[in-house]
Amino acid sequence: MSTTRIAFSAEQLAEIRRLQALYPERRAALLPVLHMAQDTFGHVSLEVEEYVAGLFDLSPAHVHEVVTFYTLYFREPKGRHVVAVCHNLSCHLAGAPRILDHVKQRLSVEVGETTDDGRVTLLSVECLCACEHAPMMQVDDRYEFDLTPEKVDRILELLR
Amino acid sequence: MSGERLLTRNFDRADSHTLKAYRETGGYAAWAHAQMMEPAAITEEVKRSNLRGLGGAGFPTGTKWSFIPKNHAGPVYLVINADEGEPGTFKDRYLLERDPHALIEGMLIAARAIRSDTAFVYIRGEYVHPWRRFSAAVQEAVEAGYLGRGLDVVVHRGAGAYICGEETGLISSLEGMKGWPKLKPPFPAIKGAFGQPTIVNNVETICHLPHIINRGAEWFAGLGTETQGGTRMYSVSGRVKRPGVYEASVAITLRQLIEDQAGGVTGNGRLKAVVPGGSSAAILRADEIDVTMDVDGLRNAGTMAGSAGVIVMDETVSIPEALMVVARFYDHESCGQCTPCRESTGWIHKMTRRIVEGRGRKEDLDTILDVSRRGVGTTICAFYDGAVGPYISYIEKFRDEFEALIPR
Repeated sequence: MSTTRIAFSAEQLAEIRRLQALYPERRAALLPVLHMAQDTFGHVSLEVEEYVAGLFDLSPAHVHEVVTFYTLYFREPKGRHVVAVCHNLSCHLAGAPRILDHVKQRLSVEVGETTDDGRVTLLSVECLCACEHAPMMQVDDRYEFDLTPEKVDRILELLR
Repeated sequence: MSGERLLTRNFDRADSHTLKAYRETGGYAAWAHAQMMEPAAITEEVKRSNLRGLGGAGFPTGTKWSFIPKNHAGPVYLVINADEGEPGTFKDRYLLERDPHALIEGMLIAARAIRSDTAFVYIRGEYVHPWRRFSAAVQEAVEAGYLGRGLDVVVHRGAGAYICGEETGLISSLEGMKGWPKLKPPFPAIKGAFGQPTIVNNVETICHLPHIINRGAEWFAGLGTETQGGTRMYSVSGRVKRPGVYEASVAITLRQLIEDQAGGVTGNGRLKAVVPGGSSAAILRADEIDVTMDVDGLRNAGTMAGSAGVIVMDETVSIPEALMVVARFYDHESCGQCTPCRESTGWIHKMTRRIVEGRGRKEDLDTILDVSRRGVGTTICAFYDGAVGPYISYIEKFRDEFEALIPR
């Protein structure tokens, strides 16, 4: 695997300065900047944490503490797509365990794993607050509603 | 009871999220009116309307605002809690996507009342589409001159953590830290975001403000019960014919909501239990649903209105299995700051799991009840007190079902 150089572009650095200036304290822009970092570098490695810490004059330990607290930051490389099946109560009542088993079988992965071709990372997550469309899952930025095994197949097929 | 829809009145319009649609249906008229009112008069009006926070705690909104120190020289912040995460709740997603300008107009009114010139809207990280929709509406409002002339709005994305819906956890997260709740006092109204007086209000609560200003506190109060005014949005899910968001008076009963609005029970058609206010609310049995959905009505019934997330279970649902799912959630989401919560949520998850898997021990049920009761009130925030709601009520009300799974 090739190593990406950990550095934002000049435009991105300008955007970070803009974000930092939106808040009474620069540090408040840390979560948004970590989202940017993940979008740019694929995941938030220790190197990325150190780089971002430098942009805020924060200790790498502080950034590490933040990154490890939240579920949306990936510390290891993830697939090109992330499929997150909701397993909370309303989805459970609507058959989420069956949907999750189906996705596992189709992708030949367990929860937390990425397919061998790097296409999809599978997660099982807490309530995404779309219980009226249970069972549901999040695929990258999108919510997918009212899942059936057939619908899941159609969705997975479109992920390249 | 009024059947009029306030918060959801524009939801059927395909363009309901646009400034054009919002203006065509009377939008920003309340703001024009509120600009003529003294800040204290706005707070007074909201107090008299009996509006109570619709995010979970049900605290009277006007009273919360009145805690802002009168002589504070520095900035005051308005923070909107759009970190919707209570299992079974999905109303704020609808408001952000379908009526973002109602939130913006409400924020203008609230900010004037508390004399704030900067507002932060904290949207849960998973809500990407609602975040884009709301951000676009903010842009429209800036271009139209509603925002940026006395009130600046910063839209802030979270990164995945239920605890950030707790108002001081939200503030920690907004400040660029992990979302650990803070010890109170000082309450945020005295010392909140960035060390300044701060009001944290839920999306739905704020969306009510234009209606209160337009039509008056008495009218709004009259829509509800003696101690809570208005309508609210009920998120109904689980085993019902028509899951969805329903707006109705806070005086509606749980039975009306399930039978009339959501079309009745599915599964085997016979109700077993209902969670009335999001997963942290104590569960109700089928014979306990003739209760009004207002804050005090549900409190008197031994549960809570919470976020009005109603989860319906028919007779075929296994209550121990439901508790295991709920216990997994609290185990995963405990922030780890306070020992009783961090340790107990883990133990209780493990115990419920082994009971469901047929490996339960005779003493497990009493251990769960004991651990639950001992922890109440010993932690920094209300998270553990919320977790205890289901732990105790599921076991107390359906003990036979649990015992049947434990080997003798």
